[in-house]
Amino acid sequence: MTDVDGSVSAPKLCVAALTHSYDSLSVLEEVSLTLHQGELVALVGPSGCGKSTMFSILTGTTTPSSGHIELDGAPIARHTAAFAYMPQSDALLPWRRVIDNVTLGLEMQGVRRREARARVMPLLATFGLDGFARAYPFQLSGGMRQRAALLRTVVQERSIMLLDEPFGALDALSRIEMQTWLEDLWNRHSWSTILITHDIREAVFLADRIYVLSPRPARVTAEVRVPLPRPRSLQTMSHPDFVGIEAQLRDALASSGAL
Amino acid sequence: MSTTSHQHTRPRRRLGVGTWAPAVVILATAVILWQLYTTRSGIDPRVLPSPSRIITAGWTARSALWANTIPTLQETALGFSLATVVGFGFSIVIDASRILRNAIMPLLIGSQTLPLVAIAPLVIIWFGFGITPKILLIALLSFFPITVAFLEGYRATDPDIERLLATMGAHRWRIFRTARLPTAMPFFFTGLRIAITYSIVVAIFAEYAGATSGLGIYIQQLTNVYRTDLVFAAIIVTTALTIILFAATYALERIMIPWYRRSRSPHQR
Ligand SMILES: Nc1ncnc2c1ncn2[C@@H]1O[C@H](COP(=O)(O)OP(=O)(O)OP(=O)(O)O)[C@@H](O)[C@H]1O
Ligand SMILES: [Mg+2]
Repeated sequence: MTDVDGSVSAPKLCVAALTHSYDSLSVLEEVSLTLHQGELVALVGPSGCGKSTMFSILTGTTTPSSGHIELDGAPIARHTAAFAYMPQSDALLPWRRVIDNVTLGLEMQGVRRREARARVMPLLATFGLDGFARAYPFQLSGGMRQRAALLRTVVQERSIMLLDEPFGALDALSRIEMQTWLEDLWNRHSWSTILITHDIREAVFLADRIYVLSPRPARVTAEVRVPLPRPRSLQTMSHPDFVGIEAQLRDALASSGAL
Repeated sequence: MSTTSHQHTRPRRRLGVGTWAPAVVILATAVILWQLYTTRSGIDPRVLPSPSRIITAGWTARSALWANTIPTLQETALGFSLATVVGFGFSIVIDASRILRNAIMPLLIGSQTLPLVAIAPLVIIWFGFGITPKILLIALLSFFPITVAFLEGYRATDPDIERLLATMGAHRWRIFRTARLPTAMPFFFTGLRIAITYSIVVAIFAEYAGATSGLGIYIQQLTNVYRTDLVFAAIIVTTALTIILFAATYALERIMIPWYRRSRSPHQR
């Protein structure tokens, strides 16, 4: 695998033959995937196939039936501090103001309140939350909630980010706005990220590489690279290569029985 | 959505004139009819005093009424505070382990079946005519709704939030403080409102069973001498007390969990 800078390197995260079933319900079947430093990998698959389960295994909430997970070449510990996780629901705490929600991860790490706030404050504007530090989650729009949840994830400064359908709850328009915003931000920071989505265009627009999953039990049916240059913009979406990759993904999903 | 606030449907909290008006009209009508009946029928005022007579008598005896209200209020406040502490304590213990839950819960439920009529005199024999037995009785009979409210509240915690905290490295107690307890607060206030009405009733009854002062013993003494007008006056004071305490829980709720009611206002999602 060639890294972003062109050199060959070992993957940061390596998931090998991960299999899981909830009682008799088989959810993951021999799923293998890799994530390199600075890479954004998307998992695309139909609803209910086992994408979120994948994340709960990585974060240690669920113990897999079998399989290996290696981080920087070593087997991963349960409840590792390697991941910053953004759940499918934004999971903002309704009783905490935005500022106290976004510093939640730092607070759990034992960072002092004053320092945590100082770290987060300059980022509020980038995340479109300027002037809303003292607001409660119910006072935010759907997009703002998602950005707050994302900011809470980012400031934890973990080595890998796990984003579970970060824009799933948004309307088409704010979704595109958030996607271009995220592409720009990720382009500048090169955060190693796994992104779950069932939006094909979103995957192509944001990812370096995409794994296509079959309906439950999830297997990897295709791995698609996205060599589109960055930064990407709205124009990228009408680029022939973009359209080509999109079609390729749709075919992969269709042949695995997802469409 | 991560909204974990509980789903009881209750009327909106801002009770405007429109909400109060029907109750006031009904009450006023009843009082007028009562007044007319007592004056027209020539019924013995010791059997049924007229509203005007009750008010006059109550006003004349206002210092005695007030002197007996103070101890009742004190008992209620202290007993009720004890109930909250005990109720919260039990809820933590029960929430902590299934074994403790199975061990304690039947006892708690059993404690709620104790007949007040039988137990009140006993407690007074054990602890005397002072304030202590009243506080204990009030706590005994009103901690349970608080415990149950907390337990329901803990269970309503959004599992996504709990999982998120776990991945952030939070352990049990931390998750409890950060997510489970705040989730339970709106439930707690519901329990509080149930408990506060119990508290007053128990306070009055415990005094009935033996006391030197308080609205309960005051009512008993006046009944014995057929001062029904003052009995009614004392009842009115008791009711007013309950309503005031009830309203106070809403005020407290507004201060302690400002995110709650407002996040449920109808024009929000
Ligand atoms: N804790 C659990 N216990 C039992 N079954 C579960 C549990 N969590 C998920 N499942 C089941 O596992 C399957 C995969 O669920 P998962 O949440 O991983 O799907 P998903 O791919 O994330 O779906 P979506 O795109 O709709 O979010 C589903 O059929 C679900 O019912
Ligand atoms: Mg999911």
